[in-house]
Amino acid sequence: MASLNLEIITPERVVLQAEAISVTAPGIQGYLGVLPEHAPLITSLQAGVVTCHRQEGTEERLAVSGGFLEAGPDRVIILADTAERAEEIDVDRARKARERAEQRLRERPPGLDVARAEAALRRATARLKAAGAM
Amino acid sequence: MAQMRDLKRRIRSVQSTQHITRAMKMVAAAKLRKAQAQVTAARPYAAKLEEVVERLVAAADQEPQPLAARREVKKAGYVLITADRGLAGGYNANLIRLTEERLREEDRPAALVVVGRKGRDFFRRQPVEIVNSFTDLGDNPDLTQARELARQLVTMYLEGTLDEVNLVYTRFYSTIRQVPTVERLLPIATSREKKDTGNYIYEPSPGAVLRDLLPRYCEIKVYRAILEAKASEHGARMTAMDNATKNAAEMIDKFTLSFNRARQAAITGEILEIVAGADALK
Repeated sequence: MASLNLEIITPERVVLQAEAISVTAPGIQGYLGVLPEHAPLITSLQAGVVTCHRQEGTEERLAVSGGFLEAGPDRVIILADTAERAEEIDVDRARKARERAEQRLRERPPGLDVARAEAALRRATARLKAAGAM
Repeated sequence: MAQMRDLKRRIRSVQSTQHITRAMKMVAAAKLRKAQAQVTAARPYAAKLEEVVERLVAAADQEPQPLAARREVKKAGYVLITADRGLAGGYNANLIRLTEERLREEDRPAALVVVGRKGRDFFRRQPVEIVNSFTDLGDNPDLTQARELARQLVTMYLEGTLDEVNLVYTRFYSTIRQVPTVERLLPIATSREKKDTGNYIYEPSPGAVLRDLLPRYCEIKVYRAILEAKASEHGARMTAMDNATKNAAEMIDKFTLSFNRARQAAITGEILEIVAGADALK
């Protein structure tokens, strides 16, 4: 069966390098799935969960906070600003960050940078989802 | 004898200096290894990003990109990346000299952004405009710091505070070779040659992706410059401290020789006295 070579790279390290049968990623216009033989594609990513479906039926999930994805017929390269594997995520911290962001968006204190708070909320949510805590 | 006591004291003093320089050399070596690993780890991302940028620039030809647009330079900016601490041989001095040269040759008004205490302390006393300064990057600068700096530079460029941004930092070639260089950061230089764009689909559009991508391109360039500068700093310090340790060893040898000579002379003198005394008794 055809497979994809998935690489997730951040400026600090190569986070994941794996064989996958399909990859889902948080594209700027919504989640997108990539299967082998995909047409060449480059898209911006937003904060969200990248899922790597493996041949054996298992899947690996990572939280990314934005970046780019390049897809080709047999490979997917994700250039992420930050990327964390599920087991690296501090669930408590993510949960607190999420609560903080939610509270800020609810109360709307004067001078609130709404876009920033929303981005923080998306990042925290992505972490929790990737860690399987949501 | 007074001279011998003096020599002994000096030997001891040089020895303790040598202990310190040797320790500093080891510390620098360990930090250098870490910094080099960071440089290597940043390479795959930088290489890939560059490739994508090049392809995109060709594909998004019609859309103007503010970060890649040349304009009349009313003020040129130089970002000087120095160390916070000295004792690194000519590391800081070389960088400062290069910057001064550039500023002298520069016929347009120029301003500085200084990173590192050494550069800041020097140029604060010079008649140059300093737009901003950063210190205490630490020994292993992380991406967050680089991003912060890059973002500020991009903002200054977009707002028109600076019309050109150059990085002045030390490139790391090897432990014994580091070369101060000037590199343009903004406007982003793009090769004009037509590349095979490979029929990529761009989402949402080539221009939009590029607009997202160029700031990151700046970030990674700044990040790399900082990492290279750090590696160079540690390399320069290691070499400097190695030389200092060797010089100390040489001095200790010289003093030990003088000390032994003085001791021998003293013994000879004593023997002569005894012999003379014995002769007098005859």
